This record gives sequence, structure tokens and C-alpha cells, in this order.
Amino acid sequence: MKKRLLSLGLAAVMAMSMTACGSSGSTSDSAEETGAASQGEESADGATFKIGGIGPVTGANAAYGQAVANGMELAIKEINEAGGVNGYQIEYNFQDDESDPEKAVNAYNTLKDWGMQLLLGTVTSKPCIAVGAESEVDNLFQLTPSGSAVACIAGSNAFRVCFSDPDQGRASAQYIGEHKLATKIGIIYDSSSEYSDGIRESFAAEAGNQGLEVVASEAFTADTNTDFSVQLDKCKEAGAELVFLPIYYQEASVILKQASDKDFKPLFFGCDGMDGILSVENFDTSLAEGLMLLTPFSVDEEGSQDFVAAYEAAYGVEPLQFAAGAYDGIYAMKAALEKAEATPDMSVSDLCDAMKVAMTEITIDGLTGEGMTWNEAGEPNKEPKAVKIVDGAYVMQ
Amino acid sequence: MSFLSYLINGISLGSVYAIIALGYTMVYGIAKMLNFAHGDIIMVGGFAVFTIVSTMGGSSAVGILVAVVICTVLGVTIEKVAYRPLRGASPLAVLITAIGVSYLLQNIALLVFGSNARQFTSVVNVPALKLAGGELSISGVTIVTILSCIVIMIALTAFINKTRIGQAMLAVSEDRGAATLMGINVNGTIAVTFAIGSALAAVAGVLLCSAYPSLTPYTGSMPGIKAFVAAVFGGIGSIPGAMIGGILLGIIENLAKAYISSQLSDAIVFSVLIIVLLVRPTGILGKKMNEKV
Repeated sequence: MKKRLLSLGLAAVMAMSMTACGSSGSTSDSAEETGAASQGEESADGATFKIGGIGPVTGANAAYGQAVANGMELAIKEINEAGGVNGYQIEYNFQDDESDPEKAVNAYNTLKDWGMQLLLGTVTSKPCIAVGAESEVDNLFQLTPSGSAVACIAGSNAFRVCFSDPDQGRASAQYIGEHKLATKIGIIYDSSSEYSDGIRESFAAEAGNQGLEVVASEAFTADTNTDFSVQLDKCKEAGAELVFLPIYYQEASVILKQASDKDFKPLFFGCDGMDGILSVENFDTSLAEGLMLLTPFSVDEEGSQDFVAAYEAAYGVEPLQFAAGAYDGIYAMKAALEKAEATPDMSVSDLCDAMKVAMTEITIDGLTGEGMTWNEAGEPNKEPKAVKIVDGAYVMQ
Repeated sequence: MSFLSYLINGISLGSVYAIIALGYTMVYGIAKMLNFAHGDIIMVGGFAVFTIVSTMGGSSAVGILVAVVICTVLGVTIEKVAYRPLRGASPLAVLITAIGVSYLLQNIALLVFGSNARQFTSVVNVPALKLAGGELSISGVTIVTILSCIVIMIALTAFINKTRIGQAMLAVSEDRGAATLMGINVNGTIAVTFAIGSALAAVAGVLLCSAYPSLTPYTGSMPGIKAFVAAVFGGIGSIPGAMIGGILLGIIENLAKAYISSQLSDAIVFSVLIIVLLVRPTGILGKKMNEKV
């Protein structure tokens, strides 16, 4: 009896730890109630462009999804008020995926039933890859504001607004090398995340060219993301002057706390996933003082003031770069739709073919970069920039 | 020197596992059920303290007290509503119910507190112990956790062996039917077990969040699973075994991270568990028991 109970228990442990492997380990079923929102006046003949959005509005990466949903809504409202695209209004619908690939595919199917013609999303890499496989089969135009893994835009129907992981890793190494921030680099990364591992790989490859020495490269996984003492000790012992954190802000906030408890004070440098660290509730922002991150967008840039003001008025918080990426994404879609002279009565596949061509022909002066252009592979071309946290606020470098 | 520092990190992590494992092992030992919701009761305790101390500005002592009360009431309620009606059902049904309760608690916390992580302000204000001229430091939380672990272990053992209700618990764990015939209130005894187990969970929650200060609705799930493994490792049902299992697990995990691979640490921890169970199926301190036919 006892043995049977025990083996039953162990089997349950395995099952539970497997579910816990999903990036958030969450099972909340709130997709329907949180995300859905649609709005838009109908044009004269009743036709509208239908843009779907997918991202985590709940779960561990909710800050990103919420920002994208807000940025998307803001851009669409502006466009609709200004008369729409080619004379047609835009309708939109945002679905929650909790950063979970399976739920993202469910959300995608829900949106297809709703009549989606264009997709903005998804927000995080793993779900984006899963949805990308579906949208490629359907030949449905997909533009991700922030899915940075290489495979996110594997299909010819997919484009992105943000840098890819290799581009971020490479750009980070170049930035550190060119600005002579440090020569001995420690890396702490999440080996269970495609995003984190992808950036680390290209960073390590580029580091040598920039005269940087990677003295420690330490991993953690989604299941061991609360205790970083060993990883920090190893970086400290190896004499790292700069610790590169290609990870999301939640873990980073814990790393900063534990590093300060250990009296370990290197320069910390992150990528776009670090954005949002100042919004962690009850986080002592003085711990993040001097933290640098590579980001295409900053609230104190001159060009973004109108957007920041409108965003704060509508949602009561400062926009993250994710919001800016989504905002740019919608305007890129608009520009491409206009370039292609598209109409809502085109089939999803015809619309996608027209958009594929039009995207490579447009140039956008957006919040996340001046003169952004796209190549056929779907990668954007723009300048990387870095911000530093000074007195609890992002300051452009 | 670095070895010692890794060892201390390991003991620090292990003592948190140990204190959670104490609750697991106690409920298993007496009620003979795996309470998978234990990890989530820890999370509730963490949120209770966070709400009182950080949001409402109460003192740490009040926060801990309220957390203990909330978790105790919660534990007893869960037992009464979800587990008691299944007293005669198969172990599988009870196990699935426990997993259901675990997800229920996580999702309620998601609804109430949202998914964003909060930084937990440590409620333990004990200065770190510096050794070897400041080269090694043992954090205050670690010291408090280890001490509480030892105190709880001794107190529990004494409680079970010396008090009437403790004796009743032992009787219930030996043979439920016979205990009923002897006039022991089985349901009452199991309710007390859950009350104690959940109060321990509240304490564990406070110490877990003080040591690893990120608080989300999922905070309890992974430590809960690891602590369950620790309890099995030490011999489930054995109170000193839970403590030894927890600390060993923490040390193995951290040394594996430091010397073998930070990516493979979990794989190594679970391999050690499998090996231990192959050699000693009842765990390190588990009693050998012949299955009655």
C-alpha cells in the first residue's frame, strides 16, 4: 500500500514538474475574459480590416502582453479617428496566451473564427514560433512586435519590429566593446528559454571580436529561477567586471537583490527583456541603479513625447518598449496596407502576398527607430541604442 | 574557501526545503495522503505577510501571526471541504483532489493578486554572520531558518510522543479502524494535523520569501515539489528524515550547480533521488515496513 502511494506520488511529481516547465507554469484559464476587446466604427460599405493580437495579459510575462495590447489599441484608435486605412476602419481583438505555446495556438484559432486578416503578435518567442507554424500554413500576414527568436519569423509571411536574438546579442557585445564598459564579462542566462540562450550564443561569438573575455557563463532554468547565489559567486570569483543578463526582468530583479546581499557590485547589462524591471512591485529601485539595457525605445527621447503623453493619459503608466513596438507595428501595417492599396474584401492569402511585398518597400520613422526598413526575411534594419537607470528612471545614453 | 561558500548556499537552500518538507511529511505520516496543495498554502502565507507588512505597513510580528492564522484556517477548511468527503475513496482520487486544490489556490491568487512578481521585503532582521575575516557570510535568514527548523522538528517530535492528541495521531496513522474503535475521533485528529501542517506552511512561506524574495502565485509550486522530494529522500513520514532530506537536497543541488553544470543541477538532484530510492526504497530514515496482505 505504502509503496503504491509513493510511486503514485512520484509519478505526480513528474507530471507536475512537467507542467511547471512551461515558461510560467500557469494554468489560469482566463483567456476569454481578459483579452477580448473590439472596437471600431464601420466604414460606408460596412467592411473593416480585422487585426488580431496575441500576447500574455496574465501570467509571468503579463507586463509585456499588457503593454503590447495597450500600444496596439492606442495606434488603432488614432488611425480610426484619422479616417482609417485606405478609407476603411480597423477592428481589433486581443487574446491572452499567458506566454504558453499551446494557449497561443488556441488564441490564434479563436481569432481566425472571429475573422482575423492580419496578426500582430505574438509577444514572447516560444508562443510566436508555435503560432508562426500555423499562420504560415494559412498564409496569414504576421508581424510580431517583440518575438525575437530567429525561428519566430521562419515563414515568409512573418515579419518583426524588434531585433532578433542574435542581433541583440551581437549589438550588446559591440556596444560594450565600443564604449569600453568592461573587458571581463560574466553571463547569467536562462538555459530553458530560447530567447535567453539565443542572445547568449551570439553575444559569446561576438565578444571575442570586441576584445571581451567571457570569464563565466552560468545557467539557470525556469524551475530554478529563485536562487542565483552559486551563479553570482562564480561570476564574482572569476573577476567579472560586467555581468550580462540576457533574461527577463523578474529573474533579474532577484539577481540584483541577491548580488547586493553578497556585496557583489559589477555593472549589470541587459537586453529588451530587462525593460519593466522598475515596475516590479515593492522592488527597491536603488538596486537597479546603474543597470544598463539595450533597448530601441526610451520614454525620455524627444520623438516619443506625444506617444508617452497619450499612453499615460489612457493607461496611467509609462509605456514599455513593448508598447512602442506594438504601436510601430500597427503603423507599419498601415503603411504596408496603403502601399499595397489593400481592401478588406481581399482573401487572407491574397492580402498576405500583397503585404509581403509592400513591407519591404516601406520606410517607417517610428518610436523604436528612425528610418526602419525590412528585408524579405522579415528582419528590421535600425540602430541599437542603450539606456541606463539613473535615480530610478531610464536615461538614454 | 569557495567550496565552503557553496556549501553554505546549499545549506541555506536546503533549510528552506527542510522546513517545507516537515509539513509534507507530517500530513503524510498521519493522514497518509500527499497534500500537494502544501506548496500553495506557503504561497498564501507569503502573500498574507506581504499584504500586512508591505501594503498595509503593519509590523513583521503581526504579519507572521496573521499569516499563521490565515493558513491554519485555510488548511482546516481545505481538509474539511475537499479531503474529508473522500476519506474512504482510493488514494488516487485524494491525490488528484490535492492537485486540484493546488491549482485552485494558484488561480485564486492570480485573480486576487495578479501575475506580476513582487519583491518581498525580508521580515527577518538578523545580521549576517561573517566568518574568516568576511570572506564567508551566512545570511541572517539562513540562521533563522535552520534554527526554526531544529526547534520545529524537536517540538513536533515531543508533541507527537508526549501529548494525548499526539498519541491519538500516532494511533490514527497506525490503524485508522482500530483507532476509531478505541474511541479516538479520527476526523478531529486529522483536522488538527492539517492545522499544524498549514501553520508550518505559513512559517515556511515567510522564510522562503525572505530568503528568495520573489513572490508570485507560483512561488510555492516548485519549492513544494522539491520539498516533497526531500521528504521522500529522508523517508516520508519521518520528521528528522524531512530535515536531513531537505538539507542534503539543497547541498547536492548547489554543489552540482557549482562543480558539474548549472544547467544540469535539477537532473542531478533527481538522479540522486532515484539512486537513493533504488538502494533504500523507504528513504534515508524511513522505517522498513512489510506490506500486509
